[in-house]
Amino acid sequence: MQPTHSSRRILRPVRNWFILFTLLVALVANLVPFGRLPGIPDWVALVLAFWCVHQPLKVGMAAGFVLGLAMDVADASVMGQHALAYVLLAFAAAGWSRRVLWFPLAQQALHVLPMFLGMQLVMMVTRMIGGAEFPGVLWFLSSFTATLLWHPATYLLLIPQFRPEDKDVHRPI
Amino acid sequence: MSVVGHAPPPFFKRGPAPLVRLAFFVSLSLVLLVADLRFQTLEWVRLAVATAAWPLQRATGMPIDAAGDFGAYLSRQATLLKENEDLRRRQLGTANLLLRQDHLERENKRLRALLDMRERQPVEGRIAEILYAARDPFSRRVIIDKGSQQGIAAGQAVVDDIGVIGQVTRVFPLTSEVLLLTDKEQAIPVEVQRNGLRAVLAGAGSGMMELRFLAANAEVQVGDILVTSGLDGVYLPGLPVARVVKIDRDSSHSFARITCAPLAGVERHGLALVLGGRTALPPQPDDAPVTPDQPTRGKRVKKKVR
Repeated sequence: MQPTHSSRRILRPVRNWFILFTLLVALVANLVPFGRLPGIPDWVALVLAFWCVHQPLKVGMAAGFVLGLAMDVADASVMGQHALAYVLLAFAAAGWSRRVLWFPLAQQALHVLPMFLGMQLVMMVTRMIGGAEFPGVLWFLSSFTATLLWHPATYLLLIPQFRPEDKDVHRPI
Repeated sequence: MSVVGHAPPPFFKRGPAPLVRLAFFVSLSLVLLVADLRFQTLEWVRLAVATAAWPLQRATGMPIDAAGDFGAYLSRQATLLKENEDLRRRQLGTANLLLRQDHLERENKRLRALLDMRERQPVEGRIAEILYAARDPFSRRVIIDKGSQQGIAAGQAVVDDIGVIGQVTRVFPLTSEVLLLTDKEQAIPVEVQRNGLRAVLAGAGSGMMELRFLAANAEVQVGDILVTSGLDGVYLPGLPVARVVKIDRDSSHSFARITCAPLAGVERHGLALVLGGRTALPPQPDDAPVTPDQPTRGKRVKKKVR
């Protein structure tokens, strides 16, 4: 496993508890009451998309569904709104994982941006069918901040998997 | 785990195909959406989870609270002195009314007894602090720090020092959720203070409200103050609600489009007063006997005028 498929660095295997831990931290970060301040990224969506791209066999739609239900309760929104959006996000991220990982980080972020925007669009359409008001164009800013955070998030979430750089002359890798 | 530390990917046992899984989860979410939007059947799940998550929620709010406190600590003394002065002046201004309130109330009671009218209900309030605005960007709700443990019940009106803010819609044990007047789903019966014209005021999104179903020639002016009419049995009559800011009398529509701005600091945060529930109003009289559906002259609508 490499950070990107074109990289020559080999990573350690990921630990399951670390994936669970980061998803829970993201959930707690989403609980911080910023109110209607625009541009606050959806941390759960960011971390979920990251693990779906990097570990599509471990994290997928089931995780998205459970996290979405948790967010629906925490957000006091309609049940199923986040669940639906996160399931679609997980499907897109896991499906595109093999393509996305061939690109350098900046272009990976460009691949993730439409996924985040689509997720927000799904949420908006479901709520507006239910008769809610339009939240304003600035609400979509959070997708762009999440995209900007893709680069730092990659390094942060891959830290436990990086090996030390010291070379061992007896081992080729 | 193999020797190198990487488990080989499962080649054959992959479970259902991604599209099948997607269809399953999407349909499950859609069922939940319909169950919640149409039938409102999932309130107990929400109540249980929200109660369990309450300490966590308060803990995550702490950095924001601390930032606010720090900002207040740095606010200059001059501002505080000025605010203090203003408050003292306002208190003196209302002292006249407050001192005579007791006397007037007793007089009112006696007069009402003389006139053989029902007594006005005494209403007690409970001061609550607005903790934060709910994260949901599609509705306008705030969370206050009093819940069913403190005797809050769904349906109670919430006011601040200027006028009505909204109504309690969900009650948790230690917090409750207030739907603001500016939310699209909130409607409140009002009357124009100047002439007593009754109407329904509903949220219009983006912080404004709309006076609905008034004829294009209704007697409303820009600057009119709207107060609660008390017809719904929820709000006490006479609480200030909004001011008319714009009237659009388009003759092509049968109703005037009247935009109003809330008087109270609906989107501001601070302290609020939760008013006690009113006792139920007497039941409505039975409807007049319905005549069988038969088109009459007045009912028929024909467009002749261009």
